Amino acid sequence: MDPIRLIEIKEEILSDNNQLAEELREKLRKSGTLLLNLMSSPGSGKTSLILRTAEGLKNYLHLGVIEADIDSTVDAEKVAAQGVPAVQLRTGGFCHLDSSMVAKGLTALNTDKLDVIIVENVGNLVCPAEFDTGAHKNIMILSVPEGDDKPLKYPLMFSVCDVLLVNKTDYLSMSDFNREDLRRRVLALNPQIKIIEISCKTGEGITEWLDWLKNALADFKAKR
Amino acid sequence: MHELSVTEAILKTVLKHAAVNSVHKILSISLQISKLSDLEDNWIQRYFDYLSKDTVAAGALLKIERLPLLVRCEGCAKSFETEPADIGNMVCPSCGEKKVALVPGKQYIIKNMEAV
Repeated sequence: MDPIRLIEIKEEILSDNNQLAEELREKLRKSGTLLLNLMSSPGSGKTSLILRTAEGLKNYLHLGVIEADIDSTVDAEKVAAQGVPAVQLRTGGFCHLDSSMVAKGLTALNTDKLDVIIVENVGNLVCPAEFDTGAHKNIMILSVPEGDDKPLKYPLMFSVCDVLLVNKTDYLSMSDFNREDLRRRVLALNPQIKIIEISCKTGEGITEWLDWLKNALADFKAKR
Repeated sequence: MHELSVTEAILKTVLKHAAVNSVHKILSISLQISKLSDLEDNWIQRYFDYLSKDTVAAGALLKIERLPLLVRCEGCAKSFETEPADIGNMVCPSCGEKKVALVPGKQYIIKNMEAV
């Protein structure tokens, strides 16, 4: 019998995905289109945030949206009804987006005239955190009814995001959600993260979010 | 569920190395995965067994080493290791400071494989 050999590999498991993600990021950097990956649990307000963003920035920049859902087109229809170019990716049971799926969405969306593209990832705090989509910035939403303990349960998600939007602040008076506990837990995982409290329903904090987005876009275009 | 994508990537990589090294059979594969990852070891192995059925990797055992979480103290700048369950109550073992932060970086590495 042949002797057993130990073959060194030392490769990143997701190297193909990471490489394609880098290529997408670079291509969009050259064309001046900022790609945002929006992640959260189901029902925390991703689509509502996109609608608020589209409304608030309609005279300021050209927005496009890539929607991902396991099996429906409801979100893309809502966004398109606002006059925002949108494509829907049906992941067919997959729980997350990877860079090859985002590449398909970018091909379907005419990106040339767009300043910002928001990718609405599959609603899930686990799987999407593990895959680089090619986005320049990762944004997540945590809504008040989900509770302030979520950074303890899903630490990876909080550690990979640039911005945390705490949505549904209009529910604060009806819950025992502790904003200080949340802040402390999130900052321990990710000291650089920007935390903005918002309510897509009342509009609270939306201006601060839109200002963040405008500044991020200005920085991005300046670095081209 | 995302274990399936990860497992496909593992299989693709080891088959590439198997071809280059004229391997007849892969016996085991050593992986290093961060403790922060929610990948389930059992599911990776089950998906791997299913996907690798008709390849030289069929029957290979996945040896998964979990890499510890590294935390840096903002007080004394020393680093220490922690468990995911302790993230809510991290205290620096050197100076007692509570302002500490996770050192970023996900790690998912295929280290090596045993083969004949």
